[in-house]
Amino acid sequence: MVAEIGFGSLFITLIFSIYGIGAAVYGAQHRNQAWISSAKNAMQLVFPLLTISIASLLYLLVNNHFEVAYVADVTSTTMPAYLKMTALWGGQAGSLLFWSWLLAAFTSAVTLRKWDRDQDLLPWVIVVNLVTLTFFLILNVFYENPFNMIWQDVSGGYSFSFIQPLGTIQIFPVQGSGLNPLLRHPGMIIHPPMQYLGFVGFIIPFSFAIATLITRRTDDRWIQLSRGWTLWAWLFLSLGLILGARWAYDVLGWGGYWGWDPVENSAFMPWLSGTAYLHAVLIKEKRGMFKQLTMVLSILTYLLVIFGTFITRSGLLSSVHSFAQSKIGPVFLIFISLTIIISVWLMSSRWRELRSKQIIRSFFSREGLIIISVVLFLGLLVTVFWGVLFPIISELVIGQKVTVGPPFYERVAAPIFGALLILMILCPLAVWTFMSYKNLGKLLWKPFLISLAGIAFPIIGGLDKWSAVIAFWLVTFVLAVNLFEIAKRINIRRNTEDESWWSSLARVLKRNRRSLSAMIIHIAMVLMALGIIGIEFFQTETQGTIAEGQELQLAPYTMEYEDLEIFDAPDGRNVARAVVLIKKDGRVIDKIYPRRDYYYDSRQPVTIPGVRSTLLDDFYVILVDWKEVTSDGATFKVYHNPLVKWLWIGTYVFVIGVVFATWPEKKKKTAK
Amino acid sequence: MKRATNTWLGLSILIVLLMLSVPAAGFAQGSDPTDDDVNAVAKQLYCPVCENIPLDACGTAACEQWRGIIYDKLKEGWSEDQIKDYFVAQYGDRVLAEPPKQGFNWLAYLVPGLVFAGGSFLLYRGFDQWKKSAPAAEESAKKSLDEDPSRDVYISRVEDELKKRSGGSK
Repeated sequence: MVAEIGFGSLFITLIFSIYGIGAAVYGAQHRNQAWISSAKNAMQLVFPLLTISIASLLYLLVNNHFEVAYVADVTSTTMPAYLKMTALWGGQAGSLLFWSWLLAAFTSAVTLRKWDRDQDLLPWVIVVNLVTLTFFLILNVFYENPFNMIWQDVSGGYSFSFIQPLGTIQIFPVQGSGLNPLLRHPGMIIHPPMQYLGFVGFIIPFSFAIATLITRRTDDRWIQLSRGWTLWAWLFLSLGLILGARWAYDVLGWGGYWGWDPVENSAFMPWLSGTAYLHAVLIKEKRGMFKQLTMVLSILTYLLVIFGTFITRSGLLSSVHSFAQSKIGPVFLIFISLTIIISVWLMSSRWRELRSKQIIRSFFSREGLIIISVVLFLGLLVTVFWGVLFPIISELVIGQKVTVGPPFYERVAAPIFGALLILMILCPLAVWTFMSYKNLGKLLWKPFLISLAGIAFPIIGGLDKWSAVIAFWLVTFVLAVNLFEIAKRINIRRNTEDESWWSSLARVLKRNRRSLSAMIIHIAMVLMALGIIGIEFFQTETQGTIAEGQELQLAPYTMEYEDLEIFDAPDGRNVARAVVLIKKDGRVIDKIYPRRDYYYDSRQPVTIPGVRSTLLDDFYVILVDWKEVTSDGATFKVYHNPLVKWLWIGTYVFVIGVVFATWPEKKKKTAK
Repeated sequence: MKRATNTWLGLSILIVLLMLSVPAAGFAQGSDPTDDDVNAVAKQLYCPVCENIPLDACGTAACEQWRGIIYDKLKEGWSEDQIKDYFVAQYGDRVLAEPPKQGFNWLAYLVPGLVFAGGSFLLYRGFDQWKKSAPAAEESAKKSLDEDPSRDVYISRVEDELKKRSGGSK
């Protein structure tokens, strides 16, 4: 009964979405407000309707309704309730429904705002949102239905459908396969919702951009309308990426956080174009330039979201053959092709109207430097895009698939990140239109001296890798410039207003929200860069098989293998847990427990490292293997990851920066 | 003089022969490679089954078997390149961390560079044109503002208001 409610609600949502599209188009073409209002009502209804569908599926998941194929596929009786709930996005059908639900939340929310000044945009915003939602609902209803039941025919073959096929009986399994162990980590509970929120969030700026193109409005209202949405989407996508990196670090057991895997890259690409868009918008708002570029980047970001979803879900990454066999691959290809064709046609037909009248006078100005940063983001985007696509092209053209792995990307990413750090030094100090070298020099010399002092300590401490010295120097320089600039503004305020340091800080933050939030975000970025530099330049590793009581040495640490325990946990795992002592200078400083969990239900193992984490470094131990008779010893792989904790600390600062930038301002009371 | 030349020639040939007789960056035959030696090679290879996971980090039985092969080859004194070539011959180019720079694969390296260079050139050329047309563009922008009917209504009202206020404050 619950499955029927869930599917019924899903189907009704699809009907409402299709109706909303029709009503909005008709209303816009005949300038009929009643039809547009009706379309708006339909769009507001999709969220509560899909909530019923989501609630139904959650009920089925939590209550072990294994007669539903999706439930049997991703849960088991041994899983705790919270994991059964996260199994909602643990498989294709559930995650598509979850995606649609979040999309419906955004689309419903956008209709709630006041549309007084933008009535002409409303019907087209509705159309873009509902067309996207309709596509995902079609996938759920006709191709990946999470409410499908399991049926068995007379020959013993199984089929999965919502309506009973002729000559079959329904099957009620007593146990499910359980969730993929890799998805049982706390990071995986938050990572997918964040990622999806980021993805679906970018549909709002896209819909405003398309509506502006359709209505041929040439003002910048769409940018103002979509600024907050874009920043939130960007925050969620960034958090999704970072949480994914943290999950990889904690669960995948290879001592790293980013593998330039096509799935990671497909989320990284919209982030790159979204970041380029946010930078281009700054120039657009301040100098009225690059109208065409901002429009292109907004549309490109959304297209990359759809493209990323397409390649990860269509089976295209595995091989072109699995794409052809995939149920949703060809449908997805049609949708993405139509989206690209319509977007490109709309842009090209309005291209001249979008031309900006302002001109860039010098690259040595804030707008000049920002546009260089946009080019750098796009340069990396092109590389990543090509790197993801090339194995598919190679398989199609020469019949042999190649691997495009980390060395390919790192060769390009490292100099681009270096150049971006240089721009982060110059941008906060640069002024709009034009600035002289002399003025820049005056502003730069003090932070420059601080940065030299900052880098002196590691050099004296024995740092002799010059590429690392330059990287550290750039990081300290960016930190010095930004912190110096914030301190300078506070001091000016204190001197003129005679306030305390804290109240000056509060007022400076309040009055310079845009520029200071950018500075906070840049500080967060260099803190993260610190972690990346630490692991990329200084990571060391070793592996060895040792008996109990024996030791392995790495960097300043020694690990001693003390013991190994093998036991069954109540949640259906067989746990092999090693006890490892970490010593420094002959003294025990910590005890960690690297382990390997084997899940009986899904018959899959997962390796959980033991990590001692400090601000200076992580000592990361993986239990690779062990002999059945424990006295024979166990094999450990050990990584020493300097500074990696700063990558996670930077995340917190980043969130503060973006929330600070996005927080709604109090509206000033107008004088009566 | 001729004798000295012959001596140098002889020495050079001897050195070249000695160099050729030593396997390049290989492992001393017969000695036991450590796990780190095996991982140093495995890190550069990818198993065709476990996509995008380097061989040193993959826990599947197939990858363990591959690491076993690397161990055996190192023990036999093979160099890193010889081992990589062996796996390429067995399973194709996809076992390498990036496409080998040959034939069709050159496109992997050339396309991003060309697109980036092309984009940068277009930006630079655009900038050059902007600079040249700066006075004309400013004039046309000014003109278009003058022609803008909305300017008459709103901007002149704001300007009047400003004039009034600045007059009042004097």
